[in-house]
Amino acid sequence: MSYLHAGLPKPMPRPDGLDAAYWEAAAQDVLKVQRCNACKGWQWGPEWICHRCLSDDVGFEAVAPTGRIYSYERVWHPVHPALQEQGPYLVALVELPQCDGIRMVGNLLGNPRQAVRIGAAAHAVFEHHADDDPAFTLVQWQLD
Amino acid sequence: MTRSLRGKVAVLGVGETTYYKRGGAPEAEGKLALQAIIAACEDAGISPKSVDGFASFSNDQNDPSRLAAALGIKDLRFANMQWGGGGGGGSAAVGNAAAAIATGMAECVVVFRALAQGQFGRFGQGPRRNAIFGDMAFTAPYGLMSPAQMFAMRVTRFMHDHGVDAAALRAISLASYHHAQNNPRAVMHGRPLDAEKYDASRWIVEPFRLYDCCQENDGAAAMVLVPAERAKETNHRPTYLLSAVSGSHYRAGASAHNTPDYATSCFKTVAPRLYEMAGVKPADVDVLQSYENFTGGVLMSMVEHGFCEPDACNEFFVKENLIAPTGKLPTNTSGGNLAECYMHGLGLNIEAVRQIRGDSTNQVPDADVALVGSGPMVTPVSSSIFGSEATL
Repeated sequence: MSYLHAGLPKPMPRPDGLDAAYWEAAAQDVLKVQRCNACKGWQWGPEWICHRCLSDDVGFEAVAPTGRIYSYERVWHPVHPALQEQGPYLVALVELPQCDGIRMVGNLLGNPRQAVRIGAAAHAVFEHHADDDPAFTLVQWQLD
Repeated sequence: MTRSLRGKVAVLGVGETTYYKRGGAPEAEGKLALQAIIAACEDAGISPKSVDGFASFSNDQNDPSRLAAALGIKDLRFANMQWGGGGGGGSAAVGNAAAAIATGMAECVVVFRALAQGQFGRFGQGPRRNAIFGDMAFTAPYGLMSPAQMFAMRVTRFMHDHGVDAAALRAISLASYHHAQNNPRAVMHGRPLDAEKYDASRWIVEPFRLYDCCQENDGAAAMVLVPAERAKETNHRPTYLLSAVSGSHYRAGASAHNTPDYATSCFKTVAPRLYEMAGVKPADVDVLQSYENFTGGVLMSMVEHGFCEPDACNEFFVKENLIAPTGKLPTNTSGGNLAECYMHGLGLNIEAVRQIRGDSTNQVPDADVALVGSGPMVTPVSSSIFGSEATL
């Protein structure tokens, strides 16, 4: 079950491998984000080095797929042909307090006209598109 | 400050083509660029052949070498492109041109922007590729891909943090449309907007309604910059650059909406440097041109340039405060990107110059200091301040 109508650009791992671990984990219902092996700080989106200590020993670590709404938007005007018949939809920016407050972008599942409260707790829902070419997984969010 | 652009460079001329709705230009973008440059040179009273440098921004596709060839320029000395998308480079391009002049790298630099969204693709549309990787892979598949969609969550968070009402955004739009009714160049000239029409307009993405969003246009605009000693070569009231700076805050460019300070127009580190170089304070600013990609960006820009406390927006952002000639801070007096033309904000720098000259169609009496904020919410952003001879 996909939240948005089919036909939007499909996410692919970068050819240089920087974010491969994130996409591979998502396909297995696991949320992984970057963590520096030297200073143990978290960071997102992916970078080649740690922005704090500049170590290049940066890995990916599984985290609890939970967060809270940092901001959100309800989109009405379609800017892509795939969304012409979509109607309004919600995009959420979810903060992960357990990972130095990094943020993830996803859709907020449920009624697109629902009232959204900044600060509300949410959890990740893995939306698999295994039969697509290329196959991919979106990390969506749902209020607790 | 010993190293400064203050008062070292003058704006000798400004010009633009007719401004069109996207797709409406009868000429090719490259020809529009040449027309605007020639118009600015005519306004400056110089031959285009005496131009020796070009500065632009936002990946303008009109290459300075081709422009110089087309114009028959004998000695090209400076060809500069400010990195960064959107209109964040509008004032930076002015600053880059001025820096070249102040340091003797060039004598007469044209700052220009040509844009035919009808010919080369619209900014307000999402990517059409089947698959996507990199930073956009974390946003576009969720239907987050147009500029309005990229910035709405910043504004929502700011409004949440500071209790800002939707009416504050509306006031910004009403002021731009108000000014456009007196400006024959404005694409929205003859198309007034009132609160009722605004409130009835459709949502693009909350909190932005249709009239909170800039236009998409075709056209070109240009400015001619020369050393300050040449400021009086024309009959215009001499207009000097007092400051132009650019930049952005800590990790403003972190991908997937991860900049630590999120609910910002990105001017917090830029505005203090702007005022320091210019030697003026917010209270000295007579007239403001503040880039409207979206009204929420204007609101945060004005807060971060020190015109309004973040928790006082509902009182400050009313139409009466923002309109010329009587408002506390007349803002976007040409109609700006919302209602004059979206020339990626270069028109805002031109309008600031017209205010100092006394030539605006919505003139603020005795305007001596005009500030321009370019491209809120992108990175890098930039700002500039122009002044009359009295400010030197």
